[in-house]
Amino acid sequence: MKVSVQREDFDAGVEMRALSRDAKVGAVASFVGVVREVAMTLEHYPGMTQKALERIVEEAKGRWQVMDCTVIHRYGELAPTDQIVLVVVASAHRGDAFAACEFIMDYLKTQAPFWKKEAAGWVEARVSDDEAAGRWNGLPGTRKLG
Amino acid sequence: MKVKVLYFAALREQLGTPGEEIELPAGVGTVAALRSHLRGRGGAWELALAETKLVRAALNQDMAPPAAALQAGDEVAFFPPVTGG
Repeated sequence: MKVSVQREDFDAGVEMRALSRDAKVGAVASFVGVVREVAMTLEHYPGMTQKALERIVEEAKGRWQVMDCTVIHRYGELAPTDQIVLVVVASAHRGDAFAACEFIMDYLKTQAPFWKKEAAGWVEARVSDDEAAGRWNGLPGTRKLG
Repeated sequence: MKVKVLYFAALREQLGTPGEEIELPAGVGTVAALRSHLRGRGGAWELALAETKLVRAALNQDMAPPAAALQAGDEVAFFPPVTGG
């Protein structure tokens, strides 16, 4: 498992290949978040961010068959088309890989302490993000992530 | 008892400080009570931490509910709902 909070850009291809070297891996699902339209500065809570992301990954591992996982989230100044976040999940089969990848992104959006600021001001949190994270609750054998 | 309090993003800007050490008065023993205590400073504090404002909290770097109990040496953080990803 790799969790990194960094200023630098990342290479999704390199990260994905790194998770497909185990011959037991049959599926690698990934998500890349990209800056849309306007430049922004991403602030985070240095002491907490890494821990929060690791906790989300652990939660995903408890729910699905996750063989390995990489999460990279950038902070600092980012321009349109810059990559912001990468989630890669390796599993034996696609169902687990897709679900865990989407779950990690949904929870990251509501649980990881990052804040976006644009020239027009701070970006407001969206209710739809809470709803997206909330739909994972109440599934059989699941519990709410604090 | 003393706790460390941190403020992030819009809240840090509105309050004009990234954080402080606070000696808690008797009776201030939870995250919610601390927020209410800070609101009592008036001005920007009253506005930014008003009950109508969505403010999240973390206790020792884990998301914490308002009822979370405080202990000496704790690190409490207040911030707006997160917007990463």
